[in-house]
Amino acid sequence: MNIFDVIGPVMIGPSSSHTAGAVRLGNLALSILGEDVKEAVIGLHGSFAQTYRGHGTDVALVAGLQGWATDDERIPKSFEVAKDAGIAISFKTIQLGDFAHPNSVRFWLTGVRGNQCVVTGKSIGGGRVVITSIDDFPVEFSGDFPTILTMHYDRPGAIAIVTSILSTQGVNVAQMKVFRKEKGGLAAMIVETDQPIDDRTYEGIGKLPHIQSVRRIQLV
Amino acid sequence: MEEKLSLQEWIKLATQDHQSFGDFCIAAQVKQLEIEEAVLMGRMEEMLQVMQQSIEMGLTGVKSMGGLVGGNGKKIESYREAFADKSIVGSAMSKAIMIALAVGEANASMGRIVAVPTAGASGTLPAVLFSLAEARNFSMAELAKALVVAGAIGMVIASRASLSGAEGGCQAECGSAAAMAAGAAVELYGGTPNQVGQAVAMTLKNMLGLVCDPVAGLVEVPCVKRNAGAAAQAMVAAEMALAGVESVIPVDEVIDAMASVGNSMSCSLKETAQGGLAVSPTGLAWAEKLFAK
Repeated sequence: MNIFDVIGPVMIGPSSSHTAGAVRLGNLALSILGEDVKEAVIGLHGSFAQTYRGHGTDVALVAGLQGWATDDERIPKSFEVAKDAGIAISFKTIQLGDFAHPNSVRFWLTGVRGNQCVVTGKSIGGGRVVITSIDDFPVEFSGDFPTILTMHYDRPGAIAIVTSILSTQGVNVAQMKVFRKEKGGLAAMIVETDQPIDDRTYEGIGKLPHIQSVRRIQLV
Repeated sequence: MEEKLSLQEWIKLATQDHQSFGDFCIAAQVKQLEIEEAVLMGRMEEMLQVMQQSIEMGLTGVKSMGGLVGGNGKKIESYREAFADKSIVGSAMSKAIMIALAVGEANASMGRIVAVPTAGASGTLPAVLFSLAEARNFSMAELAKALVVAGAIGMVIASRASLSGAEGGCQAECGSAAAMAAGAAVELYGGTPNQVGQAVAMTLKNMLGLVCDPVAGLVEVPCVKRNAGAAAQAMVAAEMALAGVESVIPVDEVIDAMASVGNSMSCSLKETAQGGLAVSPTGLAWAEKLFAK
């Protein structure tokens, strides 16, 4: 903890969890999609569904999907800006179950180049957020660190080769988690690093054996 | 587990070094953050500028997202202009009330604010800092130093208790903001490190047990007016501390008591909108009306 955790952040009100956290969830979903959003369906669960209007959660999510920061004064006008940019946005209420965090959201996104993804996340207070699933895969990361996310085949060495490439580039792994649905099938790996991951390393990981796809999440 | 920070320890060290608490905190932060003092103070002044902008925005008479608050900061401003000689609390505190309401209202209407320590309690520190700045012509550099003191106090409260209404009730948000503001005020007025600690202790004692019960779950009622109350509590405690009044219970123990009160508080009184004013007949009626929208 340092003094800027107490004094700050500068943000658009009224709520760090319902407004600033919502912007960050939009930022992370955009980063996971990896290209500008063309179409977004946004599902709100729990407290997000109940109180989104009064907290500006809806405009904050749409601002986040356009890559804006939590203190961007255009946030209240994000719907108009999205409309002018030709982004189609719709909202619905969803039920993610009793165990889901009350401030949860699910994005169904289509990008300008046709990429698609489904991202679920939660706002856990003080503007901090966690992504909890991507394309039906349960994951867990905060976006506080530069993050590499792979979908890969669950084979011996698939993980080691990724970490060894990172190490040769001088990138230190801060945290890492691996998820799989079944043995030998498709798996997901989240690698959070202390250093940013450059384009060459990122593209190199995508070409490795057993890697189906790779995403890079780097927030400013 | 990380070792808990201690305000008493810091006060002792500052006193031993014959430093003001502000100078001590600046040196400690420069060391911890590994940045130049000018960079730290520059960022503090930027925060102060954002605070000034949120005051101005609130005073234009904004309307909140939920529609429950707005325009009250402006009312105090008009009252101050029309009846300056009639103020019950005097000019500085009446100005603090005006600023607290204005920033709270700016926050509730999606204005740009500084979360100090949270968005819901963002009116308290600007209220105390800028009302005193007007009363005694403090410079931005002096206010920036006071803001570092406020931040250091907040760090200790976060470490020993909590700054979140969901964890500790409103005492942890508006109470902490008030304690931070009280310490900042003592620093501005040239108080000793010990007096900073006394002001923090007395503020928290006077706000102990305050529940977080937002109507319809929104940062509007009672949050905005509680910032005005918190600013007043901060000024009351700072006045006592500067006069040499001391808290019988040492400041770290008061903070620990706040943690324990927060832990024993029912969940219905910690930001869930399931208790207190949120479930008053009028509170429930507002919630129903807003959710039906």
